[in-house]
Order: sequence, then structure tokens, then C-alpha cells
Amino acid sequence: MAATPANPELRPPVNPNRPRRRGGTVEGRQRLRDGATGVLVHLVLVIVAVIVIYPLMWVVGSSFGPGGGLANATPIPENATFDNYLHLFTQTNYGRWYLNSLYVATLNMIGSVTLSALCGWVFARIRFRGRKASMLGILILQMFPSFLTAIAVYMLFLNFGLLDSLTGLALVSIAATLPYNTWLMKGYTDNLPASLDEAAAIDGASRLTIFRKIILPLMRPMLTFVAITSFTMPWMDFILPRLLLQSSGKQTVALGLFQMITDQYSNDFTTFAAGAVALALPITILYIVLQRHLVTGAMAGAEKG
Amino acid sequence: MTTTETPELPSPARTPRGPERARPGLPTPVPGLASALVWGAGQLINRQVGKAAFFFAFFAGTVLWEIVSGNYYAGMEFTPRSNGGFFVRGLWGLFTLGTQPREMTLTGLTEGDNSIVLMANGLIALLTLALLAIVWIWSVRDAARYRAALNGGGQTEASGAYFGRLWEGAFAYIALSPGLILLVFMSVLPVLFGILVAFTDYSRDNLPPKNLVGWVGLENFATIFTVPSWAATFGGILVWTLVWAVVATVTTYAAGLLIAVLLASKRVKFPRMWRSIYLLPWAVPAIVSALVFRSMFNGQFGPISQWLVDVGLTDERVYWFTDPTSPNLARGVALLVNLWLGFPFFMALVGGVLANIPDSYYEAARIDGAGPLQQFRYITVPIVQRTVTPLIILAFVHNFNNFGVIYFLTEGGPDNVDYRFAGSTDLLVTWLFKLTLDNRLYNIGAVMSLVIFVIVGSISVLNLNRTKAIREL
Repeated sequence: MAATPANPELRPPVNPNRPRRRGGTVEGRQRLRDGATGVLVHLVLVIVAVIVIYPLMWVVGSSFGPGGGLANATPIPENATFDNYLHLFTQTNYGRWYLNSLYVATLNMIGSVTLSALCGWVFARIRFRGRKASMLGILILQMFPSFLTAIAVYMLFLNFGLLDSLTGLALVSIAATLPYNTWLMKGYTDNLPASLDEAAAIDGASRLTIFRKIILPLMRPMLTFVAITSFTMPWMDFILPRLLLQSSGKQTVALGLFQMITDQYSNDFTTFAAGAVALALPITILYIVLQRHLVTGAMAGAEKG
Repeated sequence: MTTTETPELPSPARTPRGPERARPGLPTPVPGLASALVWGAGQLINRQVGKAAFFFAFFAGTVLWEIVSGNYYAGMEFTPRSNGGFFVRGLWGLFTLGTQPREMTLTGLTEGDNSIVLMANGLIALLTLALLAIVWIWSVRDAARYRAALNGGGQTEASGAYFGRLWEGAFAYIALSPGLILLVFMSVLPVLFGILVAFTDYSRDNLPPKNLVGWVGLENFATIFTVPSWAATFGGILVWTLVWAVVATVTTYAAGLLIAVLLASKRVKFPRMWRSIYLLPWAVPAIVSALVFRSMFNGQFGPISQWLVDVGLTDERVYWFTDPTSPNLARGVALLVNLWLGFPFFMALVGGVLANIPDSYYEAARIDGAGPLQQFRYITVPIVQRTVTPLIILAFVHNFNNFGVIYFLTEGGPDNVDYRFAGSTDLLVTWLFKLTLDNRLYNIGAVMSLVIFVIVGSISVLNLNRTKAIREL
């Protein structure tokens, strides 16, 4: 239905120098009006930029601020200091939470990429009995919002005494996104030429060899997309860890930050700000650097339903 | 499990005595019926010993498992609770949810039945039985079909050849099995479990192992839809959730489109720089931004209230998210914050589409005398819309379930006295979360889960019908 086919080649989304809508006249008055419009456009851009940047500057500034309370948080602190970061990593459990998140994120990334690539490829390339039924099942599972399963998982884990395990959290996270990721991988593999597999099969390559040596390298863009999303998800996810983790040594960063801001609301704001910046910085850089992959991946996902 | 059969193995095809040996006169349903009673019996009648052994192994395994895991002795009174094995006790538990509550006796606390554990075990037993039923149907169909083929003059096929064929086709199943097992235990089982809980009285007043949970039929649904205080909460929250989802989606899309069009204009200096700045709200984790906004809009200490007082716009501090008298203020601010969070994604998307619209379209329009507004209205918007529509629908679903923004920003506040366990900005999702985690009303929460699933599911189905996913199945 969509106008652009799911293109395996990632293309740059914007060509900034693309000529467009040249103001067709050379009259002086017209030029003046163009100039005025230009100024107006830039005025709008500046206002939007300020709105976008101010909250971020405010929290970064606060994280270097000497104060402590929310009331004296400013975007540009007068006596900038690293005390808040020192305090964060020495006086709170933040370092522990960070490692926990890293553990869950790594496990989630490895599990999601491996399983979804394998399943997606099988669905795309092999015809077997029950294929349609299982794909339909996956499609329905994917519609079930993941936190709904999370709440049921919570009740189950609660009664079987399985709560408070980081590995358990990672497994639930992998399962929660597996249907969607499998669809992504399947859609992507569908667009890879089948002649490559056939040629390799004629040369006597086994199916697993074809998958590893031919398909996987071609799936790189989609693998990257799934890897980034599944690596960053545990850092930001709140519902699953909130339900499945309990003891303070087992929290993830998102949980810890939320507690910081609700527990000691106004008197320890700068420590929270430092924690927020420490969480946001790596992810923000990752997103900005890999934005093309992420936007194209999201498009492909929507086209595939 | 492949070759156990000696006489037929060397020549599966074109043996003149084949049909004879397999008793051609037998009517088709007989082997099928035999297999239905004792798995593999039909295959035995068909003279396929290997297959017969294969199916019988499943049958024997099931029975053996049940006997070993239960307490079966001769001459003892049988009750599923104390004697049943994996399957019988499992199904008993699923149906009754336990019969013996925990009691205080002379010897101490007795071990009562834990209804929820019983229910989960029963589900696992049921799922296992469902898988076994597939094997059973397979065996019955195989026996009948093979006989039908023989009677129709077909050739015999040795079990070995059959399993060889099967093994060839099994690669897909083996490759899928790790993902499948994970999904069954971490998604399918919980989903089924969640559905079942909606029909029980599992809540904070009735927690196992202290109490027994029982089936209550549709009582929970009746509670939500007919008890006035619940119905009012549900209705109010549903309306606000829909308003939120529509407005949030429309505003982010419109803003993203406008900014993208602005940035594509030739007049803009340094478009890349602007674009990078505007992408920041998308790149920064939403939980961080939402918590930052929560602090900025803090009524007591937040800088925005302070600034308004300093400038003189308001006489006293504005309690954005905690003032029960102005729920719409909190709602409006939440929508604005969501706009900040959401527009960059659409900006990036639309930017990508705009880059691919050929200039000739605009040139042709100009020749026909179309102004910039008309070009925007009749060229840009339709083309963008066509590509981005699936994502708009996805965004709608996402906003419908936008736990993050609401929970981190307002925690559902300000309080609403007319609502049960919910505030004025609570969406269905955050209400569900509070019901389950803070108030431990698991049964009502499960009903809410189903309601949300039905709403989200129907939107997704509508969306799917438009996309090629279904047709490509």
C-alpha cells in the first residue's frame, strides 16, 4: 500500500541542498517579501530550537550545579562542580543499577537478534506445514501489548517465587519483542534475492551455512536496527523491571531514577539530574549517530504491519 | 526412530505383493478408528510397524508420565487432589482451583492448595495435552489416509522412507523451536493465564496461599461495566484515553510535518544543524525527558511556576499536575510535553519522504499557477500521507498505551474523587498498572487488559488489512 517499497538500501533521508520551490520572480518587491519570509522562518526555527534545548540544558546545568534542591537548579550554574556525579557513583546504588541495566541490555540484544534473525529467515525462506498458522499466531501475539503479558508474568513469577531475577527479566523482554522483530526480519529477508540461496545450495552449501554466510551479512541493516532497539530498550523500560525486580540491589537505572525523583523529591534534585544525564548521554549519542538506521527500520516495521 | 521394520524396507515401491500384505479390503475408517483408541494401532493394521511404534511411544509416554507423577496404587480410593498425576491433578486444579484452604491445626499450619499455582500447572498440563492432541490427530489422519491411498490402488511406503521424508521437512521446526519455546512460556502461557484471571476473584482480599481463589464467571466484567463508581471511572478514563491518543497523534504529526517542510525550504540556512537539534527529544530517552519535565512543572519548587510568579503573570504558584480543581490544565500540559517528545520522529520520517518527491511535480504545479500553499496542500500532503499512514496508526496505538509520558509526568494526577484508584490524567494503561501493582486487584486488572487488547487489537486488524503483511502470509 505504501508508496515506497521497503528498500533494503538505506538512503539518506534528507538532501539538504536539494533545490525546491524557487521563488520564480526577480522583482524587487518579491525579493523583499522573500527576505521577510526568510527572517520569519528563521525566527520560528530559533523559537522551536529554544523550546527543544532549554529543558535539556536545564537538566545538564543542574547536574553540575552546586545546590541540591530543585528550587536552585539552573541551566547555567555559577560554580560548576562534578560533586553530583561523584555523589551519584559513590553514595548511591547507581553504579550497581548501571551494571544491572548493562547486563539485561546485552542479554536482550544477543537473544533478540539471534532468535529473530533465525525465525525471520525460516519464515521467509522455508515452506513448511503450519507456517501460515504460526505466522498468524505471531501476528496476534504482537498485537497484545507487552505490558499486558508483563502483568500476567508478574502474577506467575510471584506465585512461583521467580521474581527478582535479572536473567528472567531479560528472557521476558526477549519474548515480548520477539514477534515484532521476527516480522521485521521476515519482511527484510523476503526482499533479498532468492537466487543467492539457490546458487549456494547448488554448490552444496547446507542450509545453516547459507544462513550464516550469505543471508546474515545481507541482513546487516535490519540486524543493526534490532540490535540497537533491543539494547536501548532495557535502559528506558520501566513497567517490566518495576514488576519483576524488587530488591534494591537488583534495580535497573530507569527504576532507580524514578525512585530518586519520587523519594527525595526536592532536596536531592541535582543527584537525580546527574543520574539522568549519565543515562541519557550514551543513548542519545547512539540514536543521533545511527538515526538513519532507526528511522528506516521503523518505516519497514510499519509497512509490514 | 526411523527404521525398525524389516520386511518392507528394501523395496518400498512397486512390490506386487504390497497391497496384498496390507489387506486391501479393509474400509478406510477402520485403521483411523483403531488409532483413535490406541495410538499407532491403525498403523499396525496398515502393516507399518515403525510408524505404529512411533505413535504408540507418545501414547505410552503420556500414560506413564501420568502414573509416575501421581500416586496410583491398587485398591485405594482415588481423588484427583491426592492421587492424580501431572495431567489429572493439573486439570483438576484448573477446574476447581483447589479445595483445601490453609488451616491452623494442632500440628501447625497445614499446607493448603495454592489456587494460582494450581491454575498455572493446569494450564501447562492443558497446553501439553493440546500438543499431544496434535500428534493424536496426526496418527488418526495418517492411518486413515494411508489406508485410503492403498484402497485407491496406491503404493505402500515403508515407515523408514516416511520418517526420512519427515526429517527433511523438520529443519524449519528445529530452527524455530528455541524461539517457539520461549514464546510459549513467556508470552502464550501468561496471556492465557491473564485471560483466566479475569474470570476469578483473585485480588488483595483473596490472596493464595492463605485463601482459595474461585471461578466467578463474568462477575468482574459486570463490576466494571455496571457498578456505578467503576463504570464512571472506566467511562471517564476511556474517553480521555481516546482524546489523548487522537490529539497526541495529530499534534505530533502536524508539527513534525510543518517542521520538515520548513527545513526542506531553500531559504533555511544550515538545515542539517536545525535538524540535529530537533532530533534531540527523540534521541533522549523518554523516561529522562518526562522526569525532567515533571521537575520543571513541579508546583512547589519547579522553575516554570517560579518564573510565572517572577514575571507577574500569576499571583501564586501554579500546581500543574496536582491541582484537583483544574484537571484540564494537567491534561493540556501533558499533551504539550508529548508534543515536545513526539514531533521529531515524524519530522525525520516526513523529511525522508520529502527528499524523494521529484522536483518536477512542483514545477508542473507552478506552471499551472499553483501557489506555495496549494502546492503544499495538493502535492506534499497527499504524498507524505500515503507513506506515513501506517506509522500514524502505529503512533495512535502507541499513544493509546503511552504509559511513559503519563506515569512519569503526572503519575495520573491530579486526584479525582469520582474515580476509583485513578487520577484525572490516567490512561487505561496507567490505571491498569495501578490496579495491579499498587492495589493488587488482579481480577479487575485482567479484565482491563482484555478490554485494552480488544480495542488495540481491532485497530491493528484494521491496519493490517490495509498492509501487505496479511496477503504475504
